[in-house]
Amino acid sequence: MEYILIIIAAIFVNNVVLAQFLGICPFIGVSNKIETSMGMAGAVTFVIVLATIVTFLLQHYVLNPLGIAYMQTIVFILVIAALVQMVEIILKKLSPVLYQALGIFLPLITTNCAVLGVAILVIKKNYNLLEGVVFGAATAIGFGLALIIMAGIREQLALANVPKGMRGVPIVLLTAGILALAFMGFAGIVK
Amino acid sequence: MNKFYNLTKGILKENPIFVIVLGMCPTLATTSSAMNGLGMGLATTFVLLGSNVVISLLARLIPDKVRIPAYIVIIATFVTIVDLVMQAYTQALYEKLGIFIPLIVVNCIVLGRAEAFANKNNVFQSALDGIGMGLGFTFALALLGTVREVLGSGSVFDHKFISGDGIIVFILAPGAFIALAYLIALFNRIKK
Repeated sequence: MEYILIIIAAIFVNNVVLAQFLGICPFIGVSNKIETSMGMAGAVTFVIVLATIVTFLLQHYVLNPLGIAYMQTIVFILVIAALVQMVEIILKKLSPVLYQALGIFLPLITTNCAVLGVAILVIKKNYNLLEGVVFGAATAIGFGLALIIMAGIREQLALANVPKGMRGVPIVLLTAGILALAFMGFAGIVK
Repeated sequence: MNKFYNLTKGILKENPIFVIVLGMCPTLATTSSAMNGLGMGLATTFVLLGSNVVISLLARLIPDKVRIPAYIVIIATFVTIVDLVMQAYTQALYEKLGIFIPLIVVNCIVLGRAEAFANKNNVFQSALDGIGMGLGFTFALALLGTVREVLGSGSVFDHKFISGDGIIVFILAPGAFIALAYLIALFNRIKK
C-alpha cells in the first residue's frame, strides 16, 4: 500500500515536471515528436533508477560514516556524470540497437536536473533503498507521461495559427501551464 | 565594442531567461514571490562569478577531453559554498528555496557560460560576463517573482496592497508557466 501511494504521488500529484519544475529543459527541448519523447523518457528512467541506487549507497555507506555529508552535491553530480558516460559505453557494446535509439539523448541527461533532484530528494525524505528505487522509477514515469502528452499536443499545435509573438517557447510554456492546471485536479488523492 | 559590453549584454540583449531561454527549472520553481526570485538570482550570480573566474584561470591547464567534468567539479564547489553560507545566515530563504540551491550545479546557464565564454577569455572579462549574466538572471527572476506576487497574493516584496487573497493560481505551478510565457512573448515584441 505504501508503495502504491509513493507511485501515485510521484506520477500524478507531484508530477516532476508540472508540479515540481524539474527537468524543464528537456521537456521543452525534445517534446516536438512523440517518438523522440519516448526515447528520452526511456533513457531518463534508466539513468534515474541507476543513479538513485548508486547515490543512496554512497550517501549511507561512504559519506555519512565519514562525516562528510556536505560533500553531497559534488559527489552526486560526479557520480551521475560518470554513470551516464558508463551507460553510454556499455550500451554501445552490448546493445547497438538500443544505443542508436537512445544515443543522442544520453549526454543530455547529465544536466537534467530531475536526476540530481531525485537523488537528493530520496536522501531528504529518508526513504530506504527499495522506497527510493520505487520513487525514482515513478518519478521517471511521471516525466515520461508529461513529455509524451506534451509531444502529442505539440504535434497538433504545429498546424495551428499561433500569433507571432507567442511562437516558439511562449506557446509551449502556456500549453504546459494549462497542462499543469489539469494535473492540479489530482491534488488531494494522496495526503 | 566597448570594454563593459560583457557586463551589460546579459541584462537585456542576451538575457539568459528571456532571450537565450536557459535555466528554466529554478526560474519557474523559485519565483512564487519577488523575494525568493531575488535570493535565487543572487545565489546563482555568486556561483557564476566564482566559476567563471576560476575556469578562465585554469582553462589552459585543464586537458580538453576532461574539461566538462572538471568544470562541473569547480561549479559544484561554489554551489556547496553558497549552500553552507545560506544555511547559516539566511535560514528562512534557504528552506524556501530548498532543493533548488544544490540544483544550481545543473543550471545550464552556469556550465553554458563556462563553455561558451570563460574558457576563451581573460579573467577580467570572464568576471564581468559572470556578473552581467548573473544580474540578467536575477533581473528576470525578480521580475517574474514580482508579477506572480502582485497577481497571486496582491503584494510586492511582502508589502500587501489588497485585503484577502489574490488570484491564487499565479503563486501555484500553472501560474509560473503562464506568467513566464507572457513575459517572454512581451520581450519578443519589445525586441522588434
